[in-house]
Amino acid sequence: MSDTSSDAAPEAARDAAEDMAAGAKADVARRFIEQIPHAHALAMRIDQLGEGRAELSMPYDSRLVGDPRNGVIHGGAVSALLDTCGGTAVLSHPEGPAHTATISLRIDYMRAATPGQRLVARAECYHVTRSVAFVRATATDDDRGHPVATATGTFTADGGAE
Amino acid sequence: MSRAAPEPVQIVKQRRDAALSALVDGLPYARFLGISFDRRGDELTGVLGFHEALIGNPELPALHGGATAAFLEVTAIVGLSWAMIWDDLERGMLDAATLTPETLPRLPKTIDFTVDYLRPGLPRDAYARARVNRSGRRYASVHVEAWQDNRARIFAQATGHFLMPPRDG
Repeated sequence: MSDTSSDAAPEAARDAAEDMAAGAKADVARRFIEQIPHAHALAMRIDQLGEGRAELSMPYDSRLVGDPRNGVIHGGAVSALLDTCGGTAVLSHPEGPAHTATISLRIDYMRAATPGQRLVARAECYHVTRSVAFVRATATDDDRGHPVATATGTFTADGGAE
Repeated sequence: MSRAAPEPVQIVKQRRDAALSALVDGLPYARFLGISFDRRGDELTGVLGFHEALIGNPELPALHGGATAAFLEVTAIVGLSWAMIWDDLERGMLDAATLTPETLPRLPKTIDFTVDYLRPGLPRDAYARARVNRSGRRYASVHVEAWQDNRARIFAQATGHFLMPPRDG
């Protein structure tokens, strides 16, 4: 399968979830994300993590623009954030696997992200079987009431629950 | 009956390559990822040149699923836009010499995009081709496949729906 972010540093994600509870939050999360070159290139940051839920965010960057006439971030960059956020949520699930990779990811784009604003993704791993983890996720900008994009994904879960 | 002489090949190529450049140069994100396009007639192949920042799993190592998704989506949008402008370009309704990212027709907008990951992306160049399955006045459906060393061994594929830009007439 693929390649997500998440199988990047499986142990680190689990450790991150545990250590964060212990209090070293910012540091551990930063180390996890910095081990993923692509996440690092997009300047992603873990804002919340634990119990199958993850919140990741990414600053606006003119290099990620998909249409220079309006300065809107390309959908592909939103996908990268949602994919990473989904994989991170899987690894933080109490019954989640130690490694994961994206099987499939569907993204629905509701509206253009407002140029200049930070993008925030929230993902929830809502079910884990022996082989598969199921995820839903949402991306927003400063207007939290109106999502920029929503996603549903399936991820590998070797060594998961049941 | 005499037919008009065919255009010199250089003129044809210059026009098509200029239009393709205008299209791709208008995508800063394609540059950020290192995506370029090869053209053979009207057929486009997206090329994702490997570099370290595309890695999602340093242990394997493998391409990031998000980078793969983005490559597929860029290829789908460029492929769909190219199909959209091709006829106008060939009929002389678009003047390639004056085309810039600002004067090109607007790009289609992604409505939804579903990526199917078949195997890990290896740390080397990747290629992708889009097929426009349906392109109406308002909506289009595009399928895109990506491979690396072996054309028959697809490592990811996607289907997306797009909202077409409003057109005159």
